[in-house]
Amino acid sequence: MISITHFLVVSAIIFSIGLYAIIAKRNAIMILVGIELIINAAILNFVAFGRYDKLNYGGQVFALFAIVLAAAAVAVGLAIILAVYRKYKTINPDNITDLQD
Amino acid sequence: MEVALFYAFASLAILSALLVVSLKNTARALFLFFIVLFAMAGLFLFALADFVAITQILVYVGGVLILMIFAFMLSNKELLADLQNKSSKFLSLPNWQSLLLAIGFLAVLAYGIYEWQEHYPQWITENIRSGAIIKAADNNIQELGLHFMTKYLLPFEVISIFLLVALIGAAHLSRKEDIS
Repeated sequence: MISITHFLVVSAIIFSIGLYAIIAKRNAIMILVGIELIINAAILNFVAFGRYDKLNYGGQVFALFAIVLAAAAVAVGLAIILAVYRKYKTINPDNITDLQD
Repeated sequence: MEVALFYAFASLAILSALLVVSLKNTARALFLFFIVLFAMAGLFLFALADFVAITQILVYVGGVLILMIFAFMLSNKELLADLQNKSSKFLSLPNWQSLLLAIGFLAVLAYGIYEWQEHYPQWITENIRSGAIIKAADNNIQELGLHFMTKYLLPFEVISIFLLVALIGAAHLSRKEDIS
């Protein structure tokens, strides 16, 4: 039986790594990876707390919802990245400065 | 034994996540991201969430990472640009700023966990006392299916519609524009 503190510490570290990836990276795909890391840290917290709730199973149910949401976010995000790349020939967010063409 | 395995999975996840953000080569970072996701699925198992772990492997490794590698290969010019201008300025401005921000955020979270001192909320202590916590011998998948189809039916349907809308939107965004 692993205590809940272990899960919290691991997910805090993963969250911070994802935050670093979002701010520091110059590549839109790596920024998306950082977002995925943060979502995974949140799912780990859901699951860790959900173990103590057998009546509702809320933790695991909403962890599954979060996985589906992350998959949808990645699909739309990568489509946007490809559309941007077709227009600008770069996926560095620093170089994408116009709202319209 | 259980604790040792937990530490092994946790260190695998954290170390490969650190490598993901520190590598210059995006392709290698993406393949290391596989390992992070597998290790996170292993961590889910220690919270007795076997179905969530399997779904994580199916959805992320089967779907999300393939999509990411596709997008990376379709926007391949970035690889050369990355290798050229990143090496000269290792400690450039955004790097240490974001490192500072991330470490500060981690410090805040760690301070919160330290101050918490395992004072469980009331519902957790009550559930532990009455034995209403998930045990290793429980049939998780059956319980999850029952709850999906009864208590969480509305969120389930909403998320189905949302996924359909998101996928149609993604297909619409990534179509070839006809030049007229």
